[in-house]
Amino acid sequence: MAELNTGGGEGKKGGKKVRSKKQNTGVDLTAMVDLAFLLITFFMLTTSLSKPQSMDLTMPDKIKDPLKDKPQEAKESKTMTILIGKDRKLKYYMGMINDPFGGVGPTDSAYGKEGIRKVILQKMANLRAQGHEGKNGIVVLIKATEDATYTDMIDILDEMAITGVDVYALQDMIDEEKAVMQ
Amino acid sequence: MAKMKKSSTRIDMTAMCDVSFLLLTFFVLTSTAKTPEVHPVDLPASTKETKIPSDDILSITVGQENVYIGIAGKEDRKDILTRMGQEYQIEFTEAEKNAFAGLENFGADIREMKTLLAKSPSDRMQEEFHKGVPYKDSLNNQLSSWVRNARESSWQRKESFLKVAIKGDANEQFGTIKEIMNILQEQRQNRFYLVTGLRTDDF
Repeated sequence: MAELNTGGGEGKKGGKKVRSKKQNTGVDLTAMVDLAFLLITFFMLTTSLSKPQSMDLTMPDKIKDPLKDKPQEAKESKTMTILIGKDRKLKYYMGMINDPFGGVGPTDSAYGKEGIRKVILQKMANLRAQGHEGKNGIVVLIKATEDATYTDMIDILDEMAITGVDVYALQDMIDEEKAVMQ
Repeated sequence: MAKMKKSSTRIDMTAMCDVSFLLLTFFVLTSTAKTPEVHPVDLPASTKETKIPSDDILSITVGQENVYIGIAGKEDRKDILTRMGQEYQIEFTEAEKNAFAGLENFGADIREMKTLLAKSPSDRMQEEFHKGVPYKDSLNNQLSSWVRNARESSWQRKESFLKVAIKGDANEQFGTIKEIMNILQEQRQNRFYLVTGLRTDDF
């Protein structure tokens, strides 16, 4: 603020001559600031602030080698199937569809922390208490109908990342499941 | 009163200038030129923050059941187009290959590629020329051919594995995405990057 009030009220009393030292030597930066802000605005608007991220997804090999590949077996108590349907409908069950584990068939659920996440964390905690953790822990099968949206699938895959489920797979729905999701 | 007028009312702009240039430098350095897209899509949000590799990547944009392909790297694009030309018996000239090298992404039938590349660079990106790469017909599955040729190209020229990114529209039906995944899986391309945006709301 060196440029403000170069000739103060007190200076008047001391002498009438204005000393050359007090001469304003500041450069006018207004134009420069204008230009700088213009460029800032330009770069701010053109930069995509939210850079895209990605989710890794590895699917099993489709071309089956009958000698090598045996279907992986999983205990019914450990296997959870999440069914994704139209209009953000969501159901889950344990074990097999015809003979669900514990006799509880497909149960409605919702997306988010109060819905499916609570369920998954609960199941994981139960299995952990029995000593099943990580790769030996819960197995989640994700099955979506054709008319579910891509967002729904991403939301469930995201849920896997949040809850830390190690074993999960995307699978095709079987007819019984399709009937349930109608 | 006359002397009061002489007092300067100007503000020192040095600090403001410093700050604004600092910000300017920051934005210049962090910004990456956004690649123009023939069909922009709304990405679904996720909390995962895996970054997408920038080399040897083929991105498949899926929107309204149409598929658009983006290939990273100018040399890669040229080579892949040559390979595609051989497969579909289309001879591309050097000028056409160079024009294709400047195409960040496209959604045109390979048989209409010559017409597209003959257009002026500003016209090439117009959406009306990009109706989507055919993939639904198993006899004319060009998506599959592009992926296969891209994989062969990156393996034979650089001995590196091609990575595939899927950019699906948030409202796209899962059935379409599944179809794309099936096409990829038929060639044992079992690993993909699903491109998402950052989730900002409390999920």
